[in-house]
Amino acid sequence: MLLRLREGARAAWDGVIANRSRSGLTIAGMVVGVAAIIVVVSIVQSLSQSITSSFDSLGTNTLSVRAYTSFDEQLRGITRRLTLSDHRAILGRVDGVEQVTPVLLPFGAYGTRVAAGGKTGFTRVYGVTPNYQDTFKVYTAQGRFVNAADEQAARKICVIGTKVRENLDLPGSPIGQFLRIGGDWYKIVGVMEEKGDVFGISQDDYVAIPFSAGEIAVADPGKLDLSITLSVADPDAIEDVQHRIVQVLRENRKLRPGDEDDFKVDTAKQLTQSFDRITGAIAGVAVGLVGISLLVAGIGIMNMMLTSVTERTREIGICKALGAQRGDILLQFLLEAVLLSLFGGLLGVLVGCGIDLIIPILVPQLPAIPIPVSAAVGSVVFVTAIGVLFGVIPAAQAANLDPIEALRHE
Amino acid sequence: MTPLIQCSALTKVYRMGDADVFALDGIDLTIEHNDYVAIIGPSGSGKSTMMNILGCLDTPSSGQFLLNGRDVAKMNDRELAATRNREIGFIFQSFNLLPRATALENVMRPLVYRGISRQERRERAREALALVGLEARVSHLPNELSGGQRQRVAIARALCGEPSLLLADEPTGNLDTATADEIIGLFDRLHRAGNTILLITHEPTIAARCKRAITLADGRIVDDRRREQVLAA
Ligand SMILES: Nc1ncnc2c1ncn2[C@@H]1O[C@H](COP(=O)(O)OP(=O)(O)OP(=O)(O)O)[C@@H](O)[C@H]1O
Ligand SMILES: [Mg+2]
Repeated sequence: MLLRLREGARAAWDGVIANRSRSGLTIAGMVVGVAAIIVVVSIVQSLSQSITSSFDSLGTNTLSVRAYTSFDEQLRGITRRLTLSDHRAILGRVDGVEQVTPVLLPFGAYGTRVAAGGKTGFTRVYGVTPNYQDTFKVYTAQGRFVNAADEQAARKICVIGTKVRENLDLPGSPIGQFLRIGGDWYKIVGVMEEKGDVFGISQDDYVAIPFSAGEIAVADPGKLDLSITLSVADPDAIEDVQHRIVQVLRENRKLRPGDEDDFKVDTAKQLTQSFDRITGAIAGVAVGLVGISLLVAGIGIMNMMLTSVTERTREIGICKALGAQRGDILLQFLLEAVLLSLFGGLLGVLVGCGIDLIIPILVPQLPAIPIPVSAAVGSVVFVTAIGVLFGVIPAAQAANLDPIEALRHE
Repeated sequence: MTPLIQCSALTKVYRMGDADVFALDGIDLTIEHNDYVAIIGPSGSGKSTMMNILGCLDTPSSGQFLLNGRDVAKMNDRELAATRNREIGFIFQSFNLLPRATALENVMRPLVYRGISRQERRERAREALALVGLEARVSHLPNELSGGQRQRVAIARALCGEPSLLLADEPTGNLDTATADEIIGLFDRLHRAGNTILLITHEPTIAARCKRAITLADGRIVDDRRREQVLAA
């Protein structure tokens, strides 16, 4: 038996070497399939991790309040918004709140025109309170953030994201320069840390001004948008606070008893969950991509193995004429397929991991990419299974023929 | 002693569309050990078909074939493979060498299926190659050899396992006259050394060197005579 195995292995190796171009193509199919799967899966994992971790910075005692437009209403062109009156109602009528961090979009979700020097651009404008920094864990890289005095006096100062500095050709240190937002000039007092891109969208393309200044700047109250993040004093009471906010907002927004909420009050956990759904959708797309890669690789491998066996049916005939047992032939083709598949699969793992190492160098904004072990193992198993299946089944059929039929095969 | 081959009422029918083609149509044949037989007959008369059945490469449609007294039809897959491996050395007109194996590896191949050690296989294969005069070509691939040399490798391969029966289907069909002569000389020697040989040929001169000539026509044996008779006639 051992001798058989050794002879089989030798014959298999000879087969791989002798059919160099076919073996090469088969291996190439396996490498592409396995590497594609590893890269896709690891990128998706990395993205969803970065999204999840950005919500983890919100503590367990935070609630977020934002407007919610049902899909039905969206279709009818309606957009629900929180108003400054909602903000005041929460401030005045909800107990157990420790901190309120409102973010006002005085020019709406899409922002407005900004200008400095001779350049103009378009960016989002946030009206924020001083505690914005700690709530969202974003800090200034230069200068200072909006402070209490700014808020108190509704001073026309601003803190800009690095993308704005870049778009408006501002100098590396733009502090003290003036920026026109809407109709007014704001003095730049700080620059935020760079956050990079998520899904190709810059996280640094915004300007922050004091909340109070934002209230004054509102050009069209119908466009203004607002979201509120609050922390509760007692984490155990978070649900009570949540219910109270819902109650206050329903009253303030004059919803009748049967109406659905046109806003959402979520805990950080619920927020994470809703984003998990988004990453879930991305993962779904990734699964689709992976499926297609596997299918393409699988068909390629299958095709190569089938051609290989068909071309070699004569050879099988010769071996049978010389007295090979069915088992001898099957063993040879089995070992050959396993050898090819493992080699192609492992090479694919190497290539995939190599690409994973290179991506962060080319795209520095992406967080570190984990090597997806299960995807690597799974895809190697898959290509091996396909390779073995389509290597051995036709070989078994050829080995079943009378030798003379196999020999007649052209 | 049981004859090496005993056939009775052997037929091989191919169904072509609606018609049945009788490639063999009732063959009765007995061949003793150490016989040296030429099979002759016009093209399409069933020579190859008969040879393939005798070599256990093909199965008859009906009739009985005993090899060394054993009924081949009753053998299972395993026994059939072992019979091809041990009892029969088959030599094809088109050589049928494994294209990616050297001369030595080709000759060794039947011994591989017997589970003989690599060392012994090598020795026996070298001996067989020496017997056909190819000791200097052991590591050549088939496409690095001439037609005659390829056929000699094929003969060495058939001989190497020391089968009881050597079957050759037009072994010289693809070779020039001089080379054909060498190959037949080799068969003569093998016969004198005790081998049983059946060969198909179209050459009367080759047939004349055998001890016995069987003529096929339309799947039947129409003539079967020994050389003594031929010479006497
Ligand atoms: N696979 C097949 N399918 C159908 N008919 C076949 C097949 N093989 C052989 N035959 C038919 O059987 C008959 C005998 O063929 P065979 O090859 O035995 O002839 P042969 O005597 O060897 O001829 P040649 O001298 O040309 O080699 C022929 O009529 C041939 O057409
Ligand atoms: Mg023929």
